[in-house]
Amino acid sequence: MLNVLWLQSGGCGGCSMSLLCADTADLPALLHDGGVHLLWHPALSLQDGADLLALLEDCLHGRRPLDVLCVEGALLRGPFGSGRFHVLAGTGRPMIDWVRRLAGVARHVMAVGSCAAWGGISATGANATDACGLQYDDDRRGGLLGADFRAAGGLPVINVAGCPTHPGWVLDTLMSLAAASLVADDLDALQRPRFYTDHLVHHGCARNEYYEFKAGAAQPSELGCLMEHMGCKGTQAHADCNTRPWNGEGSCTRGGYACIGCTEPGFQDPGHPFHLTPKVAGIPIGLPTDMPKAWFVALASLSKSATPRRVKANAASDHVVVAPAIRKPRPK
Amino acid sequence: MSSGASGTQRLVVGPFNRVEGDLEVRLSVEGGRVARAEVSAPMYRGFETLLVGRDPHDALVIVPRICGICSVSQSVAAARALADLAGTQVPPNGVHAINLMLACENLADHLTHFYLFFMPDFTRAAYAGRPWHDEAVRRFAPMAGVHARAALAARQRWFTILGTLGGKWPHTQSVQPGGSAKAIDASERVRLLARVREFRAFLQDTVFGAGLEEVAALSSVAALEAWHARDPQRGDLRWFLGVGAELGLASLGPGPGRYLSYGAFRDGAGGHALAPGLYDARSGRVEPLDLDTVTEDATHAWLAGDGSDARHPARGLTQPLPDKAGAYTWNKAPRLGGRVVETGALARQMVDGQPLIRELAARHGASVQLRVLARLLELARVLPWIEQWLGSIRPREPFHTPAPMPPRGSAVGLTEAARGALGHWVNVADGRITSYQIVAPTSWNFSPRDAAGTPGALESALVGAPVQPGEAGPVAVQHIVRSFDPCMVCTVH
Repeated sequence: MLNVLWLQSGGCGGCSMSLLCADTADLPALLHDGGVHLLWHPALSLQDGADLLALLEDCLHGRRPLDVLCVEGALLRGPFGSGRFHVLAGTGRPMIDWVRRLAGVARHVMAVGSCAAWGGISATGANATDACGLQYDDDRRGGLLGADFRAAGGLPVINVAGCPTHPGWVLDTLMSLAAASLVADDLDALQRPRFYTDHLVHHGCARNEYYEFKAGAAQPSELGCLMEHMGCKGTQAHADCNTRPWNGEGSCTRGGYACIGCTEPGFQDPGHPFHLTPKVAGIPIGLPTDMPKAWFVALASLSKSATPRRVKANAASDHVVVAPAIRKPRPK
Repeated sequence: MSSGASGTQRLVVGPFNRVEGDLEVRLSVEGGRVARAEVSAPMYRGFETLLVGRDPHDALVIVPRICGICSVSQSVAAARALADLAGTQVPPNGVHAINLMLACENLADHLTHFYLFFMPDFTRAAYAGRPWHDEAVRRFAPMAGVHARAALAARQRWFTILGTLGGKWPHTQSVQPGGSAKAIDASERVRLLARVREFRAFLQDTVFGAGLEEVAALSSVAALEAWHARDPQRGDLRWFLGVGAELGLASLGPGPGRYLSYGAFRDGAGGHALAPGLYDARSGRVEPLDLDTVTEDATHAWLAGDGSDARHPARGLTQPLPDKAGAYTWNKAPRLGGRVVETGALARQMVDGQPLIRELAARHGASVQLRVLARLLELARVLPWIEQWLGSIRPREPFHTPAPMPPRGSAVGLTEAARGALGHWVNVADGRITSYQIVAPTSWNFSPRDAAGTPGALESALVGAPVQPGEAGPVAVQHIVRSFDPCMVCTVH
């Protein structure tokens, strides 16, 4: 069994809450049958206090093999490098010390969520707590453990980024580690598992026809594409949110709001209000990934001029006002 | 653990788990009982400072991320503050959609608290040998108990409602000042109703062993006792009541006797399904809320401010002072009219006048048992409303109305999270946030002492709790702490 220790620091606990929404009728059985054993988890374990501290010492001294250290939440280095913005209760010791020492004995280290990966929301703006990720400070390599860190198993920190993370991303990573099938090539340039970051949020977006014809929504609840006016970064954000839905049949764009690129470092400070698309001369500055600007401009202007009346009308409505024509004879 | 010369034993209890974040409780124990408690929230992130300088709409992205378990509640408070700023009226469908999202989260949180956070403590080795211990393990052992696992599965299905209504949970942005960004169509509505019926079946079969309407109608202690006696092992509420009676949980963990609720589930005409107010146990009356008398006192927090400077949140200040003398937590001390209050499901039911809860409180005051009962009773009361709200949605009518923000102004957004009264106070100038102050439910319940030395609600509730010889983390303390369903990440934010 893969022994997993899960600690939380400068975050909201939402990645744990998301994990409990995993698409399974029996999460404990799924973990067990996938070879994953939770040594301790802040929301799921009975033990706390002295029992937990004894477990941490056992891991540090090799009496309990620590296969995966999962960290959720940013690492709070402030004030002035002291780490006192989070002193682990009952220990008088900053959480960053515990994480550094435990990372030194773990076979794998996993950042669960964008806070633990890059600093995330906790590092917003002036970053009052000097928050960082385990091995990144936004998109700069380093973070708490340093650019050169490699866990005992040979991999750098595995960044299961997202705000929150999708439960499937966490479980697939843990089960792959348990099966010893996750190798360095399975991580992208930002050390995220490629099984979910070789995709874009745009893939499978239910608003694709509106995107094709550049028929944009201008207000929340409208059905149109969210890229043109509403700040959507789905064509740039690496994740499979629209092909691996959330909580049954959900995703951000299906919920009526823009993708904010929460799997990407620095997403918390986009340099513009989240709900507005930054533009220069009417052209969004955030172009779709891998798309040359000239082609985007040409295609956008062509598709805008070719927008069917149905698509244009529905884009500005919160329900379908013009249904697709029923063709006679049947579709070919 | 250490012993003082006077026979006073000092205990530092922590780290706690199952409290949504980190928590330390420092106890002085005399004669086998807690004589004094200090409650410390040991983590600071500084959300109130992170919001300054941002476009007001950015709050809708940032504040839900204060909390992974009451994320929608934070969104609702922020959206209401912005709606207040813009003077926006949410259309009826939007009111229903917001109530549905909020209720989905609140009920999930009640379920999570009972099965995942609170009941596991009855499986502790400290209770081995009690006649009910084997059954506690069978039902509630973490990750193993049959009812704990069933609850986890029911919760997963339940949250698919938020997948449809809000795209995902936690951290939806469907909650907007002008209503909901997601319009529900007719087929989605019937699917959602089917999901609600699934959850109703779980509650009726496993939690209550009875119909929800039957439980919601329990209106006196005599009725509750008769209902319990009919089949004491059937359903987890009845089982808990039996164990609670044996352990004396109805006289463990008293409260301040002042119960705060901002009112839950708005009706669009200014009313609430659960009434707002302040219930005072001494007068036995609900008093209207005077929000101008809310203050936060930072005397014992590692934050700037002292007793002469207890501020209303509209003028609030959040400035870390990690070396401040006499401080022991990152949480400020909120007070209403200078007094300590308790908030949460119990307070909501007290203010709303639920007769069974009122009668039990009149007999014994607040307690571990009553807080848990109020939460479960709320599950039975609110789920039928969810069915009604879904029935009231009119597909093809608006869910949202545009809410243009004025460049300046002051506003407040209030809601009830699962854990109680949540308020956001915002000031805007030149289209940017100039101050944003948040007073969360556990900020109230887990308040430190104020300038006068008056302890917070949990600090008082712990006094008198029994500590058995050799107990490092006294089980009575565990019950009292968790009976409030604390959310530590919200407390400090």
